[in-house]
Order: sequence, then structure tokens, then C-alpha cells
Amino acid sequence: MGTPLLEAREVTMRYRVGGAGVLALQRVSLHVNEGEFVALVGPSGSGKTTLLSIFAGLETPTSGTLALRGDTQARLLGRAGYMPQRDLLLPWRTALGNAIAGLQAQGVSRSEATTRARALFAEFGLAGFERAWPATLSGGMRQRVAFARTVLAAHDLLLLDEPFGALDALTRTGLQRWLANLWERLGATCLLVTHDLDEALLLADRIYVLSPRPGTVRLERAVPLERPRRLEMLARPEIVAIKAELLASLLDANVTGGAA
Amino acid sequence: MKTLHDSPDTAERASASATDMVEAPVLSTWPIARWWRISRLTLVATIPALALLAALVLLWQWYASQPDIDAQILPTPLAVWGVLVGQRDILWQHMLVTLQETLIGFALALVAGVAFGTLIDFSPWLRRAIYPLLVASQTIPIITLAPLLVLWFGFGLVSKSIVVLLVCFFPIVVALADGLRSADPELIRLFRAFGAGPVRIFWSVRLPGALPSLFSGVRIAIAYSVIGAIFGEYVGASAGLGFYMQLKQHSFATAGVLAAIVVTALLSIALFASVAIAERLALPWYYLQRRRED
Repeated sequence: MGTPLLEAREVTMRYRVGGAGVLALQRVSLHVNEGEFVALVGPSGSGKTTLLSIFAGLETPTSGTLALRGDTQARLLGRAGYMPQRDLLLPWRTALGNAIAGLQAQGVSRSEATTRARALFAEFGLAGFERAWPATLSGGMRQRVAFARTVLAAHDLLLLDEPFGALDALTRTGLQRWLANLWERLGATCLLVTHDLDEALLLADRIYVLSPRPGTVRLERAVPLERPRRLEMLARPEIVAIKAELLASLLDANVTGGAA
Repeated sequence: MKTLHDSPDTAERASASATDMVEAPVLSTWPIARWWRISRLTLVATIPALALLAALVLLWQWYASQPDIDAQILPTPLAVWGVLVGQRDILWQHMLVTLQETLIGFALALVAGVAFGTLIDFSPWLRRAIYPLLVASQTIPIITLAPLLVLWFGFGLVSKSIVVLLVCFFPIVVALADGLRSADPELIRLFRAFGAGPVRIFWSVRLPGALPSLFSGVRIAIAYSVIGAIFGEYVGASAGLGFYMQLKQHSFATAGVLAAIVVTALLSIALFASVAIAERLALPWYYLQRRRED
């Protein structure tokens, strides 16, 4: 299997909130292999977002190690394509201007960034909307612009924090399928945080379940589905069984172990 | 699926220069047709105010033409109009002096205000040092400072411009500092994750986001700027609308005073309108967003 692209070993995160210490993550160990799509599911407050911030380099864990292709000293900031739940488009920039913002932040020249973004716009169903202000775009299109920005900025890793959380159910389903297709074509490595099991099963190769605070890995399951993925596959008996197992693990606060 | 509200010709024209317009896509998305529509709407919107103004002027005309009203105490609007027409060249010359003082003082306030607003934003320490002093400085009435300024800087342009500077500086600093401070922390986190440093975040995220706030400060500043100049002229000057007013007041030419007041008001309105237009041109996205939210 070789060295995983991203690996967390025994990562613990303790916050200090008004004098009291809050343990957000407790000895979390997980890995994401090159070209793999991994989903991280957990109840609210399980530290999923904290974990993703750590991988994005925004926060430093209290203890534990992180390794990028085995390198524990690697600088994480500016490395991954990080995408939070809100699209966070700059309202004063056009769709294209927003898409290149991540590249520009990394020091890529505007003309080069624009060329690369233009090539991606057709693929993202955004052709013709390069000049549109974010305020004129629908929620789904805004999210795709944010995706374009993320994909362009990513060197080898996408960190997606509930990217569909703020969307209506129909738009969300559409975008999930779109992302599944996109990922199959891009072949990027992806770590997705979600609390939607169907989303995790539809998109991921492997799923980690985190426990409520303090977050720790409770269960790890591979998704035995071929690609391209289709929504109907979720009705297969073996998937339904995995879903039941994941759900039980998510809901039952007393279940421990099961982590590989 | 098309939710874009630009007309096709706009999109076409825009894409021609798209590459160099990515950061500041201002003029190309604002065709003349749209401007016309907005101007028309603005005109329609001002009709009630103009009607009320006309009614008040008529009322004034009627009252001031009563036989027992002394024209030296309260001249009629027609008499004021007579001065405006008869002395237009003189009024114009004085207006130019006041305008010059105002613009110089305002420009200085803008430069200093942006500099200090940014400085305050740079560190919490600087904020704690500068901000209270700024607020405290506003408790000093400019009226008491103006004579001193004339004493220090003479009867000319400099003392008036400094009065204008003092009047305009505060709203600009506070507006910019508040605007910079209210930047979305999640947006800043996102740009940090992309690898952007504090300087880039300032230019790409915080400053553009603070521009609407800065502009509202600038609007307040420009509205008071002319008053500041008139003030300085009142204390001691050899030209300007304030000087003219005082001259007329001393010779009991009340219609002349009122004529100068009318010119002052028109000047203020013109300056305010220029800022409003500049704001529309600079922040098309902001107005678009506000329209959506209405």
C-alpha cells in the first residue's frame, strides 16, 4: 500500500475555553491514501471540523503527529484545497476572480491563474458565467465556484468540510453526483467531512466514524462499490448493511472499538 | 439555470477584456443603459422632496411679501434669486475659493484617515493607543479651534483646509477601522489555509470588504466638509462664501446672506452626489448585493 498521502497518529487537541480545558480530539489516528476518497462522519461536536483545520495547517494539535507522504515536518498551510461549509466567495470579485483567489494567495500570477481557471470552468458547468457576480448566482453555482477555487488551489489533497451542508436537498443530491463524477475524472485525494451517511457512501472509498466529544475514531469501513457510482447502488443489501452498522455506531454512545 | 442578470451584449463586451478586468471589473459591467435607468429612478424618487421644497418656498414668498414684514429682516425668495442672478460672478468666485479649501482639506483627511484607519487595524496595541484619543478629540468643538488655526496658519487657504481636515478626518478613520475590523473571520481563515500572509489577506480580503464602510464614512465627511470651510472663513478670511456671508450680514443685506447659503447648500449637495456616484462606480457588487437582499 505504500506511504499514505496524509496520516494522523494519535492526534489530541485540547482547547482552553474560559479557563476550562475542553478535549476536542483524543488520540485520533487515521490515514488517507494517494488518490483515495475518504469520508469522516460523526455527530456534531465530534471535532470533525477541528481535525480538518489541523490537516489544513490552520491549527496545531496539542499532541500527536501529522505526516504528509511520511514527512512529519511538512508545512501544511497552503498545501491542501480547503473548503469550508459556507462558499465564502468574495462578493467584490466575479466568479472567475473568485476561482483564482486561492491560486493568487499562493503567489501564482493572475494571468496564469486565469488560464487555468478558464479551462476548469467548462468542466464545472460554469462556462459563460466567468463574469457573473456571486450575488447573481444560485446556491449550487456558488458552491461550484468555491469548488473550482478549492480544486485549483489544491496541490494534491482536497479537504472538504460539509461542502453541501448549506444547500437544499435537491441541489445537494445533484452536486453529490457531480462531485462523484468530477473526482473520478480528477483522481484527486479527498477527505470529506459530513454527517450525511448517504453522501459518505455515495462518494467515499472508505469511511471513518468519529465519536462524540472527545472525538476519537470509533469505526472504519470500506465501501465495496465500483465506480462510476450511481444513487441506486445505495439500495444494495451489502451497502444497506454497512449503513446500518455506521448508523448504529454514530447513534450509540456506548459502542467502542471497531477501529482498524 | 441561467440566473445571471446581465444582458448578453454586456457579457460579450466584458469577456473581451476579461483577463485584465478580473480584479476590478467595474466599468464594463455598468453599461450606459443601466445608468440611465438608475438616474431616472433617482429623479422619480426625488419628486416628493422637490414638491415639498417648492411648497415651502411658496409659503415663504407669501409670508415675506406681507406689508408688515421688513425686507431687511426677511427678504422674499425672489429677492434672494435676484441676488443669485445679479451677483453670480462674485458668488462664483467666492464659491471657487471655498471649493478649493474644501477639496484640499478633504483630500488630506482622506489620505490621513486611510493611513490611520489602517494603522489602527494593524495591532490591538495601536488601536488601544489611538482610538480613545481620536474619540476624545471629537469633544473639542471646532468652533473654538478655528480662531487658533487662523492665528497659527494665517488668513489664507491653509487654515481653512485644516479646519476641513479636522472635520472630515474622524468619520473616515472610524469607518475604515470598523470596516477592517468586521472582516469575516472565516474568510480570513480560508485565505490563511490557501497560504496567504497577512499583507495579502489585507489587500485581497479585508480592504475590499471594508470599502462600503469607508464610503459611508466618506459620505458623512463630505457632507460636513463645506461647513468646515465656511466656518474657517467666518473666523477670518479675505475670500470665500463664509467671508461673503459675513460681509453681507454686516451691511444688513440679508438677501445676500441667504443667497450665499443657497450656494453653500448646492455646493454640498454636488460634492455629496459626486461621492455617491464614485461609490456606485467603485462598488457595483455592493449595490447588486443590496438590491438582492431587499
